[in-house]
Amino acid sequence: MTLLNVNNIEVIYNDVILVLKGMSLSVEEGQIVSLLGANGAGKTTTLKAISGLLNTEEGEVTDGVIEFEGEPIHHLDPEEIVRRGIFQVMEGRRVFEDLNVEENLVAAGHLQKSRKKIKERQELVFSYFPRIKERRNVLAGYLSGGEQQMLVIGRALMAQPKLMLLDEPSLGLSPLLVGEIFHIIKQINEEQRTTILLVEQNARLALTISDYGYIMENGRIVLDDTVERLRDNEDVKRFYLGLTEVGTKRSYRDVKHYKRRKRWLT
Amino acid sequence: MSSELLHFLQLVVTGLVIGSVYALVALGFVLIYKATSVINFAQGEFVLVGAYICLDVIVRFQIPFVWAFCLTLGFSVLLGLLVERLMLRPLIGEPIITVIMVTIGLATVLKSIVTLFWGTQIRVFPQIFPQEPLEFHGIVVSEVYLWTFGFALLFMAVFALFFKYSRAGIAMRATAADQQVAQSMGISVKRIFAISWCIAAVVSGVGGILIGNINGINITLADFGLKVFPAVILGGLDSIIGAIIGGLTVGILENLMGGYLDMYFGGGVKEVAPFFVLVVILMIKPYGLFGTVEIERV
Repeated sequence: MTLLNVNNIEVIYNDVILVLKGMSLSVEEGQIVSLLGANGAGKTTTLKAISGLLNTEEGEVTDGVIEFEGEPIHHLDPEEIVRRGIFQVMEGRRVFEDLNVEENLVAAGHLQKSRKKIKERQELVFSYFPRIKERRNVLAGYLSGGEQQMLVIGRALMAQPKLMLLDEPSLGLSPLLVGEIFHIIKQINEEQRTTILLVEQNARLALTISDYGYIMENGRIVLDDTVERLRDNEDVKRFYLGLTEVGTKRSYRDVKHYKRRKRWLT
Repeated sequence: MSSELLHFLQLVVTGLVIGSVYALVALGFVLIYKATSVINFAQGEFVLVGAYICLDVIVRFQIPFVWAFCLTLGFSVLLGLLVERLMLRPLIGEPIITVIMVTIGLATVLKSIVTLFWGTQIRVFPQIFPQEPLEFHGIVVSEVYLWTFGFALLFMAVFALFFKYSRAGIAMRATAADQQVAQSMGISVKRIFAISWCIAAVVSGVGGILIGNINGINITLADFGLKVFPAVILGGLDSIIGAIIGGLTVGILENLMGGYLDMYFGGGVKEVAPFFVLVVILMIKPYGLFGTVEIERV
């Protein structure tokens, strides 16, 4: 069943800057879907359009529809969208620095009905991230980068969303830690049946845990397919996975090849 | 005890009592600043309105103080909501300075309304707390001071617990820390703003009643709001604990300076002392004692 359907949306910032031009994608229930693309392609804007946070920064969906469980949501307030089961984890580990770990989680469980429910969710978060359990009374500002990333994903779990929007969970973390976090994301997807829309720069890793992938350029989707086929696609290999046809790493000598980079103009 | 020491302690104790009321009102001020980044210049007028409402209800309807107190609390909540809804919500998205200017306007409006209804004469509360002085080891404190101190501490404790443990309190702190992230969790920022204004109005109203019981009230009670500035600047504009400590400190300092220096300057030092503190603090520690700017990770 299609959980989220973004149909041909156009997003304009400050009434003049056209960021998304006819962007469409859909997310099936239970899947992990990756949204890949270069900087400035409009990935984060897409997520914010879905979660409604666009309205908090002078952006607006001016055309098209976003449907969640069959109902249009692009004109709702962010809080109503959270209530319906979409939770965005924003880029850059935005923890509440002067609240401790536990308080960060309680704040994220704001829409849960009872304290008991919050406790339950909190235990669940701690079972996925034992490391932040040890630091539950520490101010979030003093956590390490990895722990902060765990905390923000944990906050998303608190709200028990149907759809989790993850914006660059690998940003600025060591490869080892990134591996660990991606493993947990996959686990959450499988065990909690949480559908995930993942925005990543680390295409290789994103494609290993996803079911489906979209590639974005200049505010629209240029390519989409199952990950298996994306991984075999010559252009994706070359431009996103950094591999040549034979599957070996490209040498820096060939770096100029980026000039031949294909634009999927439609 | 030597009479010198006794005099000193006496000044400290009375200063502490007035300081506790400063602290209470400062709490409301900091709360609004933290949640909405607005400096509320009408804080003193909230104090004024609270005091007059309580007095009027007591005198007009001849009801016991406790009921009047509760009614005033209710009225303050209403006032906070009204101000937020009518004056501040329409300004969401406008520059902060606009909102600050509006609070100055609000101050004038509130003051005029009070003058319109109650005139400018000094009025005194009917005696609620006994005025008889109690003596502890030579320090003389009248009972009304003790009640004032107790009430102020009680309210501060209640709010401290509220911010630390209640879900609404945590949501408020979260919103103060990062509005957009708070919104991404389904926290309604508008509601948080409204609650902040309500609490600010309530603590100010209580402050007004307490001070009114000690000194009597007239229109100059609004200047109390001005004296709260040194307290919040001393503690740091965005720190609740700072507001409390700043309030107590300013209360004690002004009383000490008044007590020791009045004889050389012919009086009035007490009125100036807080602002003297304000200037010194701004020179040496502009963020205040507890106004943490940002946590640096190591």
